[in-house]
Amino acid sequence: MNFETTIGLEVHIELKTNSKIFSPSPVAYGADPNANTNVIDFGYPGVLPTTNKGVVADGIIAALALHATVEQHTHFDRKNYFYPDNPKAYQITQSDKPIGHDGWVEVDVDGVKKKIGISEMHIEEDAGKNTHERDYSYVDLNRQGTPLIEIVSKPDIASPAEAYAYLEALRQRIQFTGISDVKMEEGSMRVDVNISVRPVGQEKFGTKTELKNLNSFNYVQRGLEYEEKRQQQVLMSGGAVQQETRRFDEKTGETILMRVKAGADDYRYFPEPDLPALNISDDWIKELGDAMPEMPTKRRERYVNELGLTDYDAMVITQTKEMSDFFDATVALKADPKMAANYLQGDVNAYLNDNHVDLQATKLKPANLAGMINLISDGTISSKMAKKVFKAITNGEEPKAFVEKNGLVQLSDPAKLQPIVDDVLQSNPQSIEDFNNGKKRAVGFLVGQIMKQTHGQANPQVVNKLLMAALQQ
Amino acid sequence: MNYFKQDLASLHADLVAKKLSAKELTQATFDNIKATDPKIDAFLALNEDAALDQAAKVDAAGIKEDQSLAGIPVAIKDNIVTKDLTTTAASKILTNFNPLYDATVTTKLADAQMITVGKTNMDEFAMGGSTETSAFKQTKNAWDQAKVPGGSSGGSAAAVASGQVVAALGTDTGGSIRQPAAFNGVVGMKPTYGRVSRWGLIAFGSSLDQIGPLTRGVKDNATILSAISGHDEHDLTSSTQAVPDFAKDLNDATSVKGLRIGLPKEFLAEGVDEDVKNAILAAADTYRKLGATVDEVSLPHNKYGVAAYYIIASSEASSNLQRFDGIRYGYRAQDVKNLEDVYVKSRSEGFGDEVKRRIMLGTFSLSAGFYDAYFLKAARVRTVIINDFKAVLKDHDFIMGPVAPTPAFDLGAEIKDPITMYMNDILTIPVNLAGLPGLSLPAGFSNNLPVGMQLIGRPFDESTLYKAGYAFEQSTDFHLQVPTLGGQN
Repeated sequence: MNFETTIGLEVHIELKTNSKIFSPSPVAYGADPNANTNVIDFGYPGVLPTTNKGVVADGIIAALALHATVEQHTHFDRKNYFYPDNPKAYQITQSDKPIGHDGWVEVDVDGVKKKIGISEMHIEEDAGKNTHERDYSYVDLNRQGTPLIEIVSKPDIASPAEAYAYLEALRQRIQFTGISDVKMEEGSMRVDVNISVRPVGQEKFGTKTELKNLNSFNYVQRGLEYEEKRQQQVLMSGGAVQQETRRFDEKTGETILMRVKAGADDYRYFPEPDLPALNISDDWIKELGDAMPEMPTKRRERYVNELGLTDYDAMVITQTKEMSDFFDATVALKADPKMAANYLQGDVNAYLNDNHVDLQATKLKPANLAGMINLISDGTISSKMAKKVFKAITNGEEPKAFVEKNGLVQLSDPAKLQPIVDDVLQSNPQSIEDFNNGKKRAVGFLVGQIMKQTHGQANPQVVNKLLMAALQQ
Repeated sequence: MNYFKQDLASLHADLVAKKLSAKELTQATFDNIKATDPKIDAFLALNEDAALDQAAKVDAAGIKEDQSLAGIPVAIKDNIVTKDLTTTAASKILTNFNPLYDATVTTKLADAQMITVGKTNMDEFAMGGSTETSAFKQTKNAWDQAKVPGGSSGGSAAAVASGQVVAALGTDTGGSIRQPAAFNGVVGMKPTYGRVSRWGLIAFGSSLDQIGPLTRGVKDNATILSAISGHDEHDLTSSTQAVPDFAKDLNDATSVKGLRIGLPKEFLAEGVDEDVKNAILAAADTYRKLGATVDEVSLPHNKYGVAAYYIIASSEASSNLQRFDGIRYGYRAQDVKNLEDVYVKSRSEGFGDEVKRRIMLGTFSLSAGFYDAYFLKAARVRTVIINDFKAVLKDHDFIMGPVAPTPAFDLGAEIKDPITMYMNDILTIPVNLAGLPGLSLPAGFSNNLPVGMQLIGRPFDESTLYKAGYAFEQSTDFHLQVPTLGGQN
């Protein structure tokens, strides 16, 4: 039996605003429990929410970044449920008229391009956090009211690999807008997953299961791969898939039954009466759209078509907006694009990983990387010398000044090198004899001697040329 | 002292002239409350120490001519939060609850240097029309202690009517200022939705709730409304409309000349007491004599207001009252085994029957499968009712009618019969659904009980209502009559 798979993803993205979505409390991490709260966050009697306009702007930006239609006449709704981390016992969200709908992103899986639809995206508040210790439960409302955007995919995702690609495309586009850090490991991007399989040709979708504990894109893909197979096997053995929630086990890569869903929850949604409806003007949408940075897909096209990068290089450079901006700025200073791309993927990424920092938190500057690359291109320094220069530019030093100060200039003038070559040949007659007897290794030794005399500054290509000319006389 | 023969202007004059200090006035107010409240039971909490301190400070700073409210005591309904002063909304679930912050209206009154003397009794969470659903005490009608004071602002109305305070704040979701004002023979204003900030008002029906003043006279009412109105950044449903000095132009009884008044035939229909009907017809004649025209008009969908209201208000309430869960503040049940126990037992023990009834009604109305037939349909009825009012107010300056179908009824008479109780609000509810201003003022008596008249205006046109109310007041003497409180005065 052949099967087809349908995957749905609900992605929550935490917005990088200064204050909460409905209260002036700060959005910040690492504070003492309940330090970043006020009477609104506590759901005190008599309090009212006020809408953070920046969150609405971020919602519009996200909609534009994901090719969605901005709903200009929208409002908030209440989603009612009891839980200690939900102090009002309702979440202010959007149900009836989400701020964006009918968007898409393009993914590329093994060279096959496909558009994945986004049914809707809405802005809402996050809940607080419950922790449990011995006989006590604790409620921390610092996170209560942190602004979120929830993005819901259409049932277009047909494989775990597509799910991975969709998440990556989503992450990149949102990251480029700057409205969120979109980091799964820090919780600023969270993914809820559902999956169903059905025999090819069957019209009705199969029964879907929900997966929890998927804390990286890799786990999402692995969890889905396991679950896809499991469901196929259940159907092939004549069984029926249960509507249930399953937990992904990171160690075994399996999914484990958590709970069986007994009917849908009733959240009794209704329009939030404390907040007036939002009327989003054409002008505002245009203003936000005009201020949007170039998206990663556009940049990749430009890098490949205009700058001659490979698809792979272009993909790596556009992982984050900061990296891509850095690349653009470096190239704008006449650095060779291929070399710039290589340095960013190689030395720069290694430096960031070793030091666990983001590019924007370092002292690296595009002008200095461009300066270093240009010194290599014009032969002033060798790529070996560049290792030292790179270290210097990570400390914010200007490469030309550093090279001069440390005498790192490469000796390329044949007139200056010829006497040294002659001198070394004179001192090593044995090597000349070895060479004449066919021992090519002797050349390496002689080059080494010349480099030693020049303290490594001799241009190896020029030295080779002069040496060979002398030996073959 | 009592406030039967004083108004804000005369008190202010005495304070400025130093015939009386704010502290003396405040002390005398507490003395009188302590003497009379055993009969009336209007107050849930008194603010004696803090109030006397504040009055002394006002005296020390001196009261200037333009500080018209400085040093004058005021009472606040108990669903309006007051920092460090117990606020319960008359519910067991908020027993001994001391708020961390002040409502915008109490901040505004404090800025005007009014002295908060205490918190007044009410129906639990403002759900009721007789103050009988209070978890704590039964307030009595100032005119007859065997009668209800009306509700839900029964404590505020009875306190003003019995001369305990010159002014009090109430709240009105479906008639809760106007009906107790009518039952106690005082003046009550339900302002336009959005006129007064709801920040710090413990929400019942968020799209309907408004705070407003209860006073002995129209002018005092206008003065207080100006003091508490205006846009508030804490309440996005508060309006940016300019706030006039409502009391400024109230000096001419002939100011209604040429006005067109609508008298809806539905307001005098079956179920409305004969004495009430006659009082309104007499009031219409008074207006005609003052040079206004009174036309019979129709609000054909008025009768659907009560049903729509109980769905909308209860739906909003069912959500608003979920925060009382025993976790962060308020009453928490003992002997609980798990989280669900905390919720179920705290709420079962903390809420009274009427509140539970409305939570159930609202929860049902919002439930999957019923939402369209109840909540959504009620919202549509609301639009129809708004359009009824728009049509009439297009060519009428305001609408007049009774406040309630009957004068105050006996204590205990209707509390077991929710539908009869709900129908008492039939004439006030549509005004909340439409978000319009409604003024209740004394217009007669029936068996020694006050009868109230209601004036309903265009959005944010409280001015016209006050002018018309003032003109009526100046032409009649109902407002001058005071209750005897068992021979007290």
